[in-house]
Amino acid sequence: MNAEEQERMTRLLKAALPPVGNDEPGRDVWPAVLKRMDGQAAVPWFDWALLAGLLGLTALAPASIPVLLYYL
Amino acid sequence: MENEEQDVLIQFQLGSMEAFETLFRMHQRAVYGWILRIVRNAAAAEDVTVETFWRIHKAHARFEPRRGFAPWARRIASHAALDWLRAELPARETDSEMMVEDLAAPAAADAAVTAEIRAKTALAFGRLPPKLRIAATLAVVEELPAREVADALGISIAAVKVRVFRALRLLRKDLQGQGMRP
Repeated sequence: MNAEEQERMTRLLKAALPPVGNDEPGRDVWPAVLKRMDGQAAVPWFDWALLAGLLGLTALAPASIPVLLYYL
Repeated sequence: MENEEQDVLIQFQLGSMEAFETLFRMHQRAVYGWILRIVRNAAAAEDVTVETFWRIHKAHARFEPRRGFAPWARRIASHAALDWLRAELPARETDSEMMVEDLAAPAAADAAVTAEIRAKTALAFGRLPPKLRIAATLAVVEELPAREVADALGISIAAVKVRVFRALRLLRKDLQGQGMRP
């Protein structure tokens, strides 16, 4: 693609998609940010399930404790 | 005043929520505006702004106050917007009419270019790989200096120019495929 074709494509692109400029959000997004952060703090259910499984295993077979500690 | 700002930045780095909210209030408009330029959809820009500030908060310990907040936030925003473009691309491919409505300029944008050509160009642009699309949007459509685009994308100026060139070349090829002779 030569310089002239490049220039033509640039012009075409600018005509098809004009700049949007600077704008501001239509709503206050701070509450949504806080909500997103709360979601991050929550422990996923499978972590709780894993913990429950490990506790169950140690209760039923205490001999497994050294093995688990070895792999920690 | 400068000391106050620096203090806020240091407090943010240490994990203060109050400092984070202060920075959010100071920069949310600029971050949203930057994202809007890339995603070109107001509702999506709001969602990506939320995602950006969440990522900013998550990365507070890695923030370097002496480098300033705005360029750092802009880079995180660019990556979040790029992720949005990547996720949106497959969905868009199944609904090309919606894509044209979102992207294309109003009829009065350039009298020399017909509505059909604008729509075809917008369609082809929406099909570009996100990395090329983001570079072309910022450097060509928004006419931002290559240095600014390079900083925001975390690449060199030469890489920006290469991506813009590749974007224009692909766009031309796509338009030729649609029966146009650009």
